[in-house]
Amino acid sequence: MVEHPATDLGTSPDDVQFRFRDDEVVDHGTVTVDACCEQTNATAVRIEPGDDARVLLPYLDRIALVEVNFPSFADGRGYSAARILREAGYTGELRAVGDVLIDQLSHMRRCGFDAFAPDQPLDEEDAQRAFATWDNVYQRTVDGRRTIQELRHE
Amino acid sequence: MYSYDQYDQAMVDARVEEFRDQARRRLEGKLTEDQFKPLRLMNGLYLQLHAYMLRVAIPYGTLNSTQMTALGDIADKYDRGYGHFTTRQNLQYNWIKLEDAADILADLAKVEMHAIQTSGNCIRNISSDHFAGATHDELVDPRPYAELLRQWSSFHPEFTYLPRKFKIAVIAAEKDRAAMRLHDIGIQIVKNEAGEIGARFFVGGGMGRTPMIAPMIRDFVPLDQLITYAEACLRVYNRYGRRDNKYKARIKILVHELGKEEYTRQVEEEFAHMLDQGVEPPLAELERIKPFFADPAFEDGPKQVDRSDPDFAVWVDRNTHRHKHDSYVSAVISLKPVGGIPGDATGEQMRLMAKLAKQYSFDELRIMHTQNVVLPHVKIADLHGLWSELEAAGLGAPNMDTIEDMIACPGLDYCALANARSIPLAQRISERFDASGKTAKLGELKMKISGCINACGHHHAGHIGILGVDRKGVENYQLSLGGSEAEDVSLAKITGPGFTEDGVIEAVDTVTDVYLANKTGEERFLDTYRRIGMEPFKEALYG
Repeated sequence: MVEHPATDLGTSPDDVQFRFRDDEVVDHGTVTVDACCEQTNATAVRIEPGDDARVLLPYLDRIALVEVNFPSFADGRGYSAARILREAGYTGELRAVGDVLIDQLSHMRRCGFDAFAPDQPLDEEDAQRAFATWDNVYQRTVDGRRTIQELRHE
Repeated sequence: MYSYDQYDQAMVDARVEEFRDQARRRLEGKLTEDQFKPLRLMNGLYLQLHAYMLRVAIPYGTLNSTQMTALGDIADKYDRGYGHFTTRQNLQYNWIKLEDAADILADLAKVEMHAIQTSGNCIRNISSDHFAGATHDELVDPRPYAELLRQWSSFHPEFTYLPRKFKIAVIAAEKDRAAMRLHDIGIQIVKNEAGEIGARFFVGGGMGRTPMIAPMIRDFVPLDQLITYAEACLRVYNRYGRRDNKYKARIKILVHELGKEEYTRQVEEEFAHMLDQGVEPPLAELERIKPFFADPAFEDGPKQVDRSDPDFAVWVDRNTHRHKHDSYVSAVISLKPVGGIPGDATGEQMRLMAKLAKQYSFDELRIMHTQNVVLPHVKIADLHGLWSELEAAGLGAPNMDTIEDMIACPGLDYCALANARSIPLAQRISERFDASGKTAKLGELKMKISGCINACGHHHAGHIGILGVDRKGVENYQLSLGGSEAEDVSLAKITGPGFTEDGVIEAVDTVTDVYLANKTGEERFLDTYRRIGMEPFKEALYG
């Protein structure tokens, strides 16, 4: 277990169970949204459910990791936060952390999450099945998948 | 009507498999009950007082005879031989075993049906006008738009863990037969001055413990932006709807607390942003959907019925609705027999209604939010034959929109949330008014009964509403007057102190007497109430 950076916030690379990126895992401690806006050298930030993801938009160029915290899987605000960042062109790591469970994985992927650090490690086989739940999709989101409606009218 | 292509079928099949896997993980202990609960709810499975309940989606209330037959068969095979049609145009089975649930979902999938998103904090089954595509007074058939919304809202990745449930209704007539403005989003398809078709958005309506009528937030959304606008409405709600208190989590509270103007401003801002995101399905998709709802091959025929049988004539007058083709009508099959359970039908009755739909109505049926069934396209020449078969099966009650045509929630007989029984009250009221012969004199009188403050029985929208409450361990019933779910939408007001079960039945009788004594001309109960106000009713009840 690597030591956490000098902050209580955030997950470490070792906590990341699933990752859909080829670049180096960001290993900076995250800071709060407020701190991220104030500190011009902050490169990793953690969004809590009540935070407005849009205040980060002016700083996306310097951010390499955004953690979106799900204190409870039933609080769906993080899905909007993730999608808003991707819609704004954010290409860094977007990590779902906290109460992240098997049955939310496919939706989180669709909203732009590309790394997952669940509080409790998930069953690998169940998770892989969950990521592959939907062969096709009805909605255009930020994952670049062509929708059923688009496929119908190719 | 709409039928699945390989994509739609694959989506439903994938969901059945997903649910099977979830149930397995629950049984293996990999999911806690708290984790499993929202998953089973999003597949329509509730735990009620005595058993599991499964709620089957009937998108915009339209189904064919094969589907209705399958519903009847499931009632016999997995339930106690009956099912219950709901105010959201769905069907509930009240006596389901958890271990059968996945098999039932698989049986439903075989006939292009499912229980997806009939519960849970997600976008629920889209409801619509039960006379859509048949009625003389609509601008267009609203169902293609409802179908477009069905696809968009199914498994929506961003909006599956909303603050609370979310209900959308779509209509396309000035007459509102879907309680549109009492939905989280009500959409009315309209034509603008340039003659273009578009969508008018009403947001933030609802019943429950804080009833609200949805204000209009946009008078015209172009059709090629319909989904995008809905998406903007939902995103603002998902981000800012209250999550600290379950009872304040519906969108109506957000719209109310922000104010209509501020909510609208936020939606418009989000909408402007989303227009650049390409979330709108291609307009060609709407054009693909429309032909599924094309008119069947109507034929000219007799335009009058033979009224020599008086019982038949009463039924025709009460239970048929003017069709857009003058040789046809829409026929309402009442699921409110005198003394019966509102909205219940046996498996056998479902199969009969399916057979009649095939024989008389181009294979199509509708479920009404008033818990009845419609055969939308019946030849006037066939009406007597249809009525005779309905009569023989106990389905010929001539009582649409009368006091006997009550909406009632399942109440304390089934529901874990209820404070009081609704069904026995509905039964006793219909028996009493039928026996006294007063039903016919009262004409249109919409009566709605809820067994608790959650208002599933729409009591806020009843011309006469009854709310069951628990008062020191005794069932007590509050009476309210003056509600309407229609285009003249209004919320009912409480008359005063509540009544016992016997007392509230007397009270209903009393207020109908006040109406009969005061009505002028063709006034309905609601019209008289609005003209003379609450006082004369109060005086008669408590004076």
